[in-house]
Amino acid sequence: MSRMIGRLSLLVLLLAACAPVDLNAPVPTFETGISPETWASIPAGEFLSGQFDTPAEIAYDYEMMVTDVTVEQYVAFLNSALSAGVLQLGDGEITVFYPGDPFHGARHEIEIAAGHYVVVPTADPASRFTFDGQSFHALPGYEAHPMTNVSWFGALAYCDNYGWRLPTEMEWEKAARGATGWPFPWGEEIARNQANFQASRDPFEDMRSFGSRTTPVGFYNGKTYAGYATLDGASPYGLYDMAGNVWQWTGDIYEDMHLRFMRGGSKDCYEMDLRVWASNNAVPSYFGPGVGFRCARTP
Amino acid sequence: MPYIKNRLNYLFNSTKGLILVAIAMIAIETALFSMLSGPMAEMGVRDVVVQALGIDLVPAEREGRIIILYHSIAMAVVAIEVTIVTSLLRMRSAYKIAIRVLVTVGYLMAMIFGMAFAYWGHSWPLHGLYIAGLTLVFFAGVLLVIALWPWSREFRQSNPAYARTRGGVDLERLAFFTTALTTVISSMFGAVAGSYYGNGFTTFMAENVVRLPHKSVLQYAIIGHLHIMLALIAIMLTLIIGRWLDFKGILQKIAMPLMILGTLILNLGVWGIVTPWQPVAHMIIYVGATPAMLAALMLVIYTWDKLIREGTAGIEKPTAGQKLRALLRDPLKFGPLWQMVFMNFTVSGLGIFMAVRLDEVFRLWPAREERIELTGHWHVLAAIIATIILLYYGDVIGLRGKLRRAYGWAIILASDLAFAAVTVLEMKRLFVSEATQQPLVNTVTLLMDLGLGTLLIVLAMVMVWRLLDLFKRQGRWTVEVEQELSAEVSA
Repeated sequence: MSRMIGRLSLLVLLLAACAPVDLNAPVPTFETGISPETWASIPAGEFLSGQFDTPAEIAYDYEMMVTDVTVEQYVAFLNSALSAGVLQLGDGEITVFYPGDPFHGARHEIEIAAGHYVVVPTADPASRFTFDGQSFHALPGYEAHPMTNVSWFGALAYCDNYGWRLPTEMEWEKAARGATGWPFPWGEEIARNQANFQASRDPFEDMRSFGSRTTPVGFYNGKTYAGYATLDGASPYGLYDMAGNVWQWTGDIYEDMHLRFMRGGSKDCYEMDLRVWASNNAVPSYFGPGVGFRCARTP
Repeated sequence: MPYIKNRLNYLFNSTKGLILVAIAMIAIETALFSMLSGPMAEMGVRDVVVQALGIDLVPAEREGRIIILYHSIAMAVVAIEVTIVTSLLRMRSAYKIAIRVLVTVGYLMAMIFGMAFAYWGHSWPLHGLYIAGLTLVFFAGVLLVIALWPWSREFRQSNPAYARTRGGVDLERLAFFTTALTTVISSMFGAVAGSYYGNGFTTFMAENVVRLPHKSVLQYAIIGHLHIMLALIAIMLTLIIGRWLDFKGILQKIAMPLMILGTLILNLGVWGIVTPWQPVAHMIIYVGATPAMLAALMLVIYTWDKLIREGTAGIEKPTAGQKLRALLRDPLKFGPLWQMVFMNFTVSGLGIFMAVRLDEVFRLWPAREERIELTGHWHVLAAIIATIILLYYGDVIGLRGKLRRAYGWAIILASDLAFAAVTVLEMKRLFVSEATQQPLVNTVTLLMDLGLGTLLIVLAMVMVWRLLDLFKRQGRWTVEVEQELSAEVSA
């Protein structure tokens, strides 16, 4: 009898592992009050870089988006750029022309030659937008969430389109921690209600089914949403979500490697990856539900 | 006073007592610090533990903390192996005593002061004592190399059933010697780089730099060090298990030269990564790993064949079922070899698969996915080593009958369940997308926790039993105090 119970339990457990995930489960909607159209100014000067507070300097003023690019913003870009011919409709994906990287044939280096590369997939169930063959639409409830399922080429194309650029890793880091030596944008420690990370118990997460989901940009700003009180997670320069929510593509292209780097950690990371110096990397054509971006510009 | 003195004499002056202390130390440390990460952190257990114990988890020092944690556990494992070797193999008494004193004081200092330094604020005297502990373990290794010198006349092998040279040099002893010698050298490999990175806490985890196209010599040294030390601990354990099970005959005669050759080439390959040979170092490592693994395979074949023959003695024509029953009859003797075989599915096979398909599959994923595979597979290897030690320990403490079978099978099944679940977690991207992975992640996490939790409970039960035994006037410890492992070799 006990053996049968054991076998049945194991069977139930294994079946649970294969349970379908409702990617379109209802999503709460909250107004954060943080406009994704705003930019933060970061003055030229010294700052502390990396885990060991190495003195560094960026000798020019620059600006960065206060939030990640939202689904709504990106969908508007897709529609206009597609109709303008900047983007092309490919087989199950939108593509953009990229002039290629210098290639040195280093070990593990893959050539990124001139050509058309994926911007976003058109029919990926994890996307927070839909495509009807003509135009893109944000999924209801996700308009103010960070744009995800976007490749590095797609992030670059967005920033390029408006005359902006992707921030370098150094620009990103300075924007995240300012002149402080803090490991997190707001200070020395992290609380569950200060950023969106793995099992942070925010109102958008259900670890029993779909797991962690993105939160609207600027969600962690000290406001209380239907009883869920957040702490202010802004960086010293007033940028939000510089720790958690989605990894953010950066613009550096390093010699002898084709990989592109991301910063900030995501909804699927433990706290350690939300430290301002932590990085991730992937091939530039990679897209996923935990990766987004924001732009930088030099005034 | 004799009450305490006799027990301390058992714990710190006998083979089985020393092994018990080291296992207990690892068990306490594992149980305590496993509550600071993974699902325990998710469930909020970490916060409670941190507050209750006043632990200081400075975010910038995470890597340094973990490196000290790994080293403190590794030192205790090394101490267990060294203690076993000094009991299993013949050596001069003075060496045996000196080695045990050094390694025991060393690992205890490294463990206690290292962890205090890492998790309870940075007191530099504690760091100094931690380094002193590591140094003592190093000197114990140097003495072990001298004590195992295989060309001494008194340690020649006279029995033709065992691998030996024409001059009578015991090749098994030479294999132990080679492993000890290369371990001492490889530890320096890490110490040189560690003295740089540790001084000022510019520490890093190897899995975070693997994708960098240009690594410094010291970064290569760290990557090489961590791989070779774990491999050498595994090789030494394979030799120990072979000695315990009295590995001999034709397979042993083939296996020992292979093990010696494999160990040497493996080390040369790892050391080569900081030389101009770096581009071909991995190939040299493969060339070295192959004979070493073949030697382990021969031990598996020899032991399983022996178990089957012993278990079917008296049966004229045993059926396949009877042979299988004979093989599985004693989990403490079947288990260590099975774990070595199982390792090929969860560690070696996985590593080879990753190496072969690295650019086509694994490097197309984000670095964080690759990191899960890297850390997962070597945690599994470390844990497999631990389970093999625990299985041998079950025999060392004389478990018999149903208790022996329950203990053995609990360790094998619980750990393999956990290791299989870890492997699925590592490889999940091959069969589930990021967006839909949560149910699978939940299930494998549950299975991992179930397996590892069971393992820790079994270990805790044994430790409590041994603790209670120490309070008895005529406890098992009074018998064990004089026992040596060489007298318990399964002839």
